Amino acid sequence: MTRGTVSGIIANLVIVDVRDPVIQNEICMIHHPESSLMAEVIKVGDNKAYVQVFESTRGLKTGTAVDFTGSMLEVTLGPGILSRNYDGLQNDLDAMDGVFLRRGDYTRPLDPEKKWDFVPLKQKGEKVIAGDWLGEVKENLIAHKIMVPFTLEGSWEIEQISGEGSYTVNDTMATIVSEAGEKREVTMVQKWPVKRPLKSFRHKPRPSKILETGIRAIDTMNPITEGGTGFIPGPFGCGKTVLQHAISRQAEADIVIVAACGERANEVVEIFKEFPELEDVRTGAKLIERTTIIANTSNMPVAAREASVYTAMTLAEYYRNMGLKVLLLADSTSRWAQALREMSNRMEELPGPDAFPMDLPAIISNFYARAGYVELPNGAHGSITFIGTVSPAGGNLKEPVTESTKKAARCFYALSQDRADSKRYPAIDPLDSYSKYMEYEELRESLKEVVSENWTDMVEQARDIVLKGKEVMEQINILGDDGVPIEHHVLFWKSEVIDFIILQQDAFDEIDRMTPLKRQEYMLRMVLGIMETEFRFTRFEEVAAFFREMINLMKQMNYSAFESDQFREYEKQLDTIINQRTVTA
Amino acid sequence: MNKIAFKKIYTKINQITKATCTLKADNVGYEELAIVGGRLAQVVKIVGDEITLQVFSGTEGISTNAEVMFLGRPPSLRIGPDLEGRFLNAYGDPIDDGPELSGEEIEIGGPSVNPVRREQPSQLISTGIAGIDLNNTLVTGQKIPFFADPDQPFNQIMALLALRADADKIILGGMGLSNDDYLFYKNTFQNAGSLDRIIAFVNTTEDPPVERLMVPDMSLAAAEHYASTHKEKVLVLLTDMTLYADALSIVSNRMDQIPSKDSMPGSLYSDLAKIYEKAVQFPDGGSITIIAVTTLSGGDITHAIPDNTGYITEGQLFLRRDTEVGKVLIDPFRSLSRMKQLVIGDQTREDHPQIMNTSIRLYADAVNARTKQENGFDLTEYDERTLRFSKEYKEKLLAVDVNLTVDEMLDEGWKLLSEHFSKSEVGIREELTEKYWPAEK
Repeated sequence: MTRGTVSGIIANLVIVDVRDPVIQNEICMIHHPESSLMAEVIKVGDNKAYVQVFESTRGLKTGTAVDFTGSMLEVTLGPGILSRNYDGLQNDLDAMDGVFLRRGDYTRPLDPEKKWDFVPLKQKGEKVIAGDWLGEVKENLIAHKIMVPFTLEGSWEIEQISGEGSYTVNDTMATIVSEAGEKREVTMVQKWPVKRPLKSFRHKPRPSKILETGIRAIDTMNPITEGGTGFIPGPFGCGKTVLQHAISRQAEADIVIVAACGERANEVVEIFKEFPELEDVRTGAKLIERTTIIANTSNMPVAAREASVYTAMTLAEYYRNMGLKVLLLADSTSRWAQALREMSNRMEELPGPDAFPMDLPAIISNFYARAGYVELPNGAHGSITFIGTVSPAGGNLKEPVTESTKKAARCFYALSQDRADSKRYPAIDPLDSYSKYMEYEELRESLKEVVSENWTDMVEQARDIVLKGKEVMEQINILGDDGVPIEHHVLFWKSEVIDFIILQQDAFDEIDRMTPLKRQEYMLRMVLGIMETEFRFTRFEEVAAFFREMINLMKQMNYSAFESDQFREYEKQLDTIINQRTVTA
Repeated sequence: MNKIAFKKIYTKINQITKATCTLKADNVGYEELAIVGGRLAQVVKIVGDEITLQVFSGTEGISTNAEVMFLGRPPSLRIGPDLEGRFLNAYGDPIDDGPELSGEEIEIGGPSVNPVRREQPSQLISTGIAGIDLNNTLVTGQKIPFFADPDQPFNQIMALLALRADADKIILGGMGLSNDDYLFYKNTFQNAGSLDRIIAFVNTTEDPPVERLMVPDMSLAAAEHYASTHKEKVLVLLTDMTLYADALSIVSNRMDQIPSKDSMPGSLYSDLAKIYEKAVQFPDGGSITIIAVTTLSGGDITHAIPDNTGYITEGQLFLRRDTEVGKVLIDPFRSLSRMKQLVIGDQTREDHPQIMNTSIRLYADAVNARTKQENGFDLTEYDERTLRFSKEYKEKLLAVDVNLTVDEMLDEGWKLLSEHFSKSEVGIREELTEKYWPAEK
């Protein structure tokens, strides 16, 4: 093992004198008398290793011994990851003692005692490759596959495999032999370095299926796909986190991994407290059963913040390899970029724009590329849908993190300050936002099937009405209410109907917070029907009053259970007032 | 400061800048305190045997042969029963002519709370100010700043809040406070007879700016002691965090770090987060609530300091002077309390969320109407009603000088809505309008 000694300390950057071989990104332990501190090599030169320490370096002295572990930062993969609350380095936060975090307190990610009911999926004598499913155990609601270690190369033969029964994660489940005769015992646990993509899939087809979120401004206007990527930039106070939480609660995924990266602790606490209580409407199970949280809140060590997003991504890749639909959320990727900036700054690298490291765009794009829809060697499909938030400095979208992310992510949900100021939530700007997937023929075809034949045309129509409304409003602002024809007022108010009824959604209302696709289709069809109606007005003042009344009734519909008596009652009232205004031929 | 026995004394400083000095020494711990020519300093960089010290009060007059002594411990605060009611400087030494502090020394800037051990903030803090209680309700364990221009009366409002809020301890962290404001706080607390639950750490404009960097850590170490060990509800007031950040930029500049946006250090976000994230609700009842002040220059919230703050804190309160009613308001548009969802309509009356949202939406309509009016267009009858509504709304609810209970605010809200609008115009859930809409007179 390589050993070294500390020779310099600048905040969490430590310089280690070392003579023996060192690996870039290798993990080392600094033996501070109080507790050993974990660190990662980020630069090597001149018999010195520059390491970033994942903890506070307070009290550390030069001359302290350092051991290099020979491996890079790894996560531990196996049953028992779901429902866990990890820190950025996959330490189980619940297993730690005391109210305050103690530095150097590293806890086991998996429970070594717990027994899992194993069912073999392969037999003795079968040939397997890395990532193949040897058997499965039931982890909460999912069939957790026990896989051939991802690090193995070539073809292996099963010499022995355990039968059905209860085992702990460290029991040997199978013995496999390589063509060269090398023997390996396989347990339920394996390790994988977080910064390396886990690629044991056959290929990555283009995403084609919508991932339902129950949020109208996303599903209807700019849908994201299974295996898609998206990002949510927005100034503070625009509802980024509320939106992300809504997605994490409602999205139609098998597994949800939330990386709280450099954000507020109280927001993570909200998930900790609510997810064990809230039900997943699709399965009836508690949300926590399908969720894993990686919490590196803003007051936790900066270096672990960078690790946290990689840890989360690697866990997602592991579950994807079981043929599952995984949703990965990271809030916020800007904090991760800032962690990179702090390190780059301490190493006195030449800075790029806004003092961020020069390779920031490459780092971001490599990370987003790890998401995707994949076909596994056994023909099953899995996906990672990744949505990251971005916190642009000063709300200015022309800053490096937003720009780099825009190049990498396919869906763009722009949160607008104006909409947030007028409490039009979710503040997703309907015109600036886009989903590149809407251009995918594959998705349009599948939408025809799962929603309705002319769905995409209806969405286009709605978008046109919003655009038209915006143009007309500008004219009204210039020319005055009575300076434009009455039809202009009607056009403007039609766009307000789309805004109030389709785009706006009350994330805190039991019913309105989640709208299934079927209901979204019903409402959009109804609203578009109204748009095509010709109304009779004599004065422009009548327009606003009439539309306000309609909007009020439709809002009541949104607040009522779908197709309930109450819902029908409001619909009837709506028909009545519409009929009074309709031009009869 | 007295010399401490058995410590090695160094007398050869190799390099001196405005805020730091560098010397050769061995067996020195990172972030350890030292005394340089009688002044307190802290280790900020170790490279080989070269130690760089940040001298808090500046290096003017330090000689290259000044005596340097390492204390072997990080900055700490003495906590004991005689801490209550005291005014201290940034180092935790008394400035109020009282006796020296006794008790145990606790480390400042210590570790953070394990997020899974936190409790969700859930207790409403009532202030009587409708701009806060009605529209931006505060909750124990929350952290929120006032965004205000330097000429606004934020110190008065902070003092008012501190006295009205039901807290066991109030800890004031004053950074770059003018001497007059320091005396204002002292007198206000004294006159209210609340001095025994106050502890203040004060760095005034007369003190060196770098000393300010200790104030938040000192204040919060004391807060953590009372909230965690004594299970008390602690309210921490930090004013002015902009001056704190300015001090950070001075230090980073002296250490040749590459500045990022607005000449602020690249680590500004983490530095501020470390302070604000100390706000916490402990499971056994203790809590730390932080109310801070971030002064803006010309109302610019895109500057790095308010911008980073906004991303860290759970909302912000904007102060604005309104010329129409001639009062200082809590601006309903830009202000936000992220924690309010945890209490409104739950610990307060069920109609709270809808009254809040509807009033603000109609107030926004009034703002649009005003723009129309200013551009010389005719107003509709609806526009005129919104304008009348907004004037009363500002006077009776948004102004910081109101003092009402939450129920009174809600009743006032219904009254204003019903006086100016019809039920269909307000668009509130029907069950609620049926119950609360005031009867026709």
